[in-house]
Amino acid sequence: MMGMIDTLAAILVTVVTAATPLVFAATGELVNEKAGVLNLGVEGMMLVGAVSGFAAAIATGNPVIAIFVAMLAGALMAFLFGVLTLSLMANQVATGLALTMFGVGLSALIGQDYVGTPIKGLAKLSIPVLTDLPLIGPVIFGQDFLVYLSLVLVAAVAWFLKSTRAGLILRATGESHDAAHALGYSVIGIRYLAVMFGGAMSGLAGAYLSLAYTPMWAENMSAGRGWIALALVVFATWKPGRVLVGAYLFGGVTILQLHAQGAGFAVPSQALSMLPYLATIVVLVAISRDSTRIRLNAPACIGKVFHPET
Amino acid sequence: MIQGVFKTLGATVGAAALGFAVTLGAASAEPTKVGFVYVGPIGDHGWTYRHDKGRLAIEEAFGDKVETSFVESVPEGADAERVIRKLASSGHDLIFTTSFGYMNPTVKVAKQFPNVKFEHATGYKRTKNVGTYAARFYEGRTIAGILAGRMTKSNVIGYIGSFPIPEVVRGINAFTLALRKVNPEAEVKVVWVNSWYDPGKEGDAAKALIDQGADVILQHTDSPAPLQVAQERGVFAVGQASDMTHFGPKAHLTSIVDIWDGYYIAKTKAVMEGTWSSEDTWGGLNAGMLSMATYNEAIPAEVVAEAEAARVAIEDGSLHPFQGPIMDQDGKEVVAADAVVEDGVLLSMDWYVQGVQGKLPK
Amino acid sequence: MLLKLEPRGETSRAMIYLTPLLAILLTLIMGAILFALLGHNPLEAMYAFFISPISNSYGLGELAVKATPLILCAIGLALGFRANVWNIGAEGQLTLGAICGGGLALWFYDSESVFLLPAMALAGALGGLAWAAIPAFLKLRFNANEILTSLMLTYVATLLLSLLVHGPYRDPDGFNFPESRLFADSALLPVMVEGTRLHLGAAVAVFVVLVAWLVVSRSFIGFQIKVIGLTPAAAGYAGFRHHSLVWLTLLTGGALAGLAGLFEVAGPIGQITPVISPGYGFTAIIVAFVGRLHPIGILGAGLLIALSYLGGETVQIEMGLPQAVTGVFQGMLLFFLLACDVLIRYRVRWSIGASQEARGTAS
Repeated sequence: MMGMIDTLAAILVTVVTAATPLVFAATGELVNEKAGVLNLGVEGMMLVGAVSGFAAAIATGNPVIAIFVAMLAGALMAFLFGVLTLSLMANQVATGLALTMFGVGLSALIGQDYVGTPIKGLAKLSIPVLTDLPLIGPVIFGQDFLVYLSLVLVAAVAWFLKSTRAGLILRATGESHDAAHALGYSVIGIRYLAVMFGGAMSGLAGAYLSLAYTPMWAENMSAGRGWIALALVVFATWKPGRVLVGAYLFGGVTILQLHAQGAGFAVPSQALSMLPYLATIVVLVAISRDSTRIRLNAPACIGKVFHPET
Repeated sequence: MIQGVFKTLGATVGAAALGFAVTLGAASAEPTKVGFVYVGPIGDHGWTYRHDKGRLAIEEAFGDKVETSFVESVPEGADAERVIRKLASSGHDLIFTTSFGYMNPTVKVAKQFPNVKFEHATGYKRTKNVGTYAARFYEGRTIAGILAGRMTKSNVIGYIGSFPIPEVVRGINAFTLALRKVNPEAEVKVVWVNSWYDPGKEGDAAKALIDQGADVILQHTDSPAPLQVAQERGVFAVGQASDMTHFGPKAHLTSIVDIWDGYYIAKTKAVMEGTWSSEDTWGGLNAGMLSMATYNEAIPAEVVAEAEAARVAIEDGSLHPFQGPIMDQDGKEVVAADAVVEDGVLLSMDWYVQGVQGKLPK
Repeated sequence: MLLKLEPRGETSRAMIYLTPLLAILLTLIMGAILFALLGHNPLEAMYAFFISPISNSYGLGELAVKATPLILCAIGLALGFRANVWNIGAEGQLTLGAICGGGLALWFYDSESVFLLPAMALAGALGGLAWAAIPAFLKLRFNANEILTSLMLTYVATLLLSLLVHGPYRDPDGFNFPESRLFADSALLPVMVEGTRLHLGAAVAVFVVLVAWLVVSRSFIGFQIKVIGLTPAAAGYAGFRHHSLVWLTLLTGGALAGLAGLFEVAGPIGQITPVISPGYGFTAIIVAFVGRLHPIGILGAGLLIALSYLGGETVQIEMGLPQAVTGVFQGMLLFFLLACDVLIRYRVRWSIGASQEARGTAS
């Protein structure tokens, strides 16, 4: 019995770890989409964050500094995106994709000398007694500090968007930039901040990959997780709490299919590997049926160009 | 029309090369140009990384007598043919195409450039100017099987596969045969991640296997993530492609290391001296195409001795990793006691031996 | 603020054609600086990138081969984007085209019929169409966002392809390696210029561009698509049937992507392999927007972006630069192309301390 509980705890810890980078990146993207900006460059920003954080960790040995560097790097990438799409009014979808190309190349260039270098991963929390509790011990009291930060982030973003004045203004910017502008708010300024927040969170997601999830640097190590994060924002119908549900669902089904394989299910592995994607579609279909509610959540101005004088 | 010119040109040069190959090679001051086509980025720290080490070994060995170039991350689709052709038409004398998916494009381009030598890794099609090469990595899996069989306490071994291709299945079988020879109780659980390279997923697969009771993890994927997980969870693992000791010193039993250096130097030399011919090289431990990384200090001396004895025996030919009797998963004898599995069967292996759990999709 | 963008009031005709040139000029300058910083001869690098790959007929053929799937996918995507239908799963639809059309070639392996190739093309288009029908159905029936469904289905398609080439599609004489047989001649697209790989699919792509141009600029459907894209509400008043347009754009996009996939396996690849597209379906999204969602623009954008891939290979071979540099350079090229378009509707003004005044008069 104890053995089964320990196993269950271990599986839950694995799911949480697999989902955490998705939670960071998707929550950041959610904020900039709420402000009306669609940035498809998450994958590129994640990679640049991952390599910058890794380099900083090697140079300073301090994980906190490394995480800040990763966030800064992600925010700088997002700033570049902002210059192009907000100031120069370039198309957001295409610029985001180009940003990913750019980020994949740039991260590989920066990371040349770090390939094959090991690094000590982030320590996991260990509280006497509490962490040793069955099941809830390792799951609730035994994660690395970024996992807790990701939960705080989701709660904070939910609170910010719903209950603060600044959050209201940000949402108004995404809902109707003309109205926000007419009220005297700087639409472009707000969007710059939102986009850079999104970039910083993508950078943080990257740092989670290279410092905690799999502590190393290798080219393209995000392996498409930026795209999943983008899909999760849609899945969450732009609600922060649902990002968490989506990320854990996706991570959970991924881990479950690995377990099913290990248990010797006589189903081809490719078919089992399809499950996380299919599950996401099925759940989205189930929650999307109430069309009015979704329309209320989706920012009306998403992807649209704004110029104060037109 | 242009192709016509090339053909004539190729034929003339080809004939000249046949006649005066040795003198040409010796007299010419022009450096020999060697090109490489890589399937991944050099920074993958896996398959491509090791091939690039081989390229650098050529430069080191021949200095300014060679010039090397490479193209990274060449997709195994329509692009491969163009890249190979570009290398061939820009004066390269020898071109290594280092992934299975380049087989047909290599053969196609080789036909148009009869005076350029091609070497294709892990394929089976050869022509006059296309040779093939691969390493018998499964020999390393035999050594790993002995270590795992002696070190496991749970008798459950986790094996992370990339794609269910013969190369990987062969490795699983060689490992399982050696494992059960020293520990008939042990069983192997296989998880396919459907990727050669996805650190996160490889790590998650390792975690899933450990949670199902595995206390030794094998991998046929490229990243050190499974080893890192093993280190964290306090179980053993065997690395792949490079010596991965420093990614998890406590967990690391050994690594099966790819070594292309010697082969690449030899083939370059053969081209320089005009002695190159199209061959099929399937080299193992004795050819130095793979080696075992340093064994973990936690392995008892007698187990190390047993593993080393097996290595020596494989090298001198007295031990074949696929020595009968071999049972399939249903317990039916598929190889008789006095027989070994032929190379042709090894090359196309698509069935599991007894001791592997789960079914191989057909 | 020193530099200021001021609306032109109406779009500048000249700039429509000048901005791409300006973008390329800026890329050349910045690229030269980038390569010089990396310690390489900038002129040589720019030559290797833009001129060397297409300096002979083979190279020109390759440019067309590389651009064909990009253009075919982008034309279909652009139709949808104009109507605010966000299909980003062209990659999956392309894969299904290869699976269905290519599967036919394997099924009728011994056939020498002249109808095989047209049947394959039809099957390929239908495969892509069917795959795109799923997000269309889920969007209209269950209100499920097509960005998510079409993207997720791309992963499913890739895994389905893997399942098939590791199983039923395997070459029976191929030692169980994950590849199909090489297609018979009757299943291969004819090559149009001897000595190149320029296949019939490239001609089809040009034909599709022309048809799309006609549709977009001349027909009522084109008008509907445009109106819905601009103001969904107005379209509603005008009585346009939103449902039909979602179906129309997604299915057309899927069919064209499927055709692109079939052309890859029946053209330059000549068999079904585990990797058919190196992300054409995603790159095509960029092609569509760089081409300003206009068929002729897409033709140009597709060729330019294809050239940047060929150039990347040449730079690696001739100058020994890692592929990472190519990625950075491609990113830069796209940034300039996208950013310069601002000049079509805005003009740059130097304003020193006069920004307040400018704002006052303009609004």
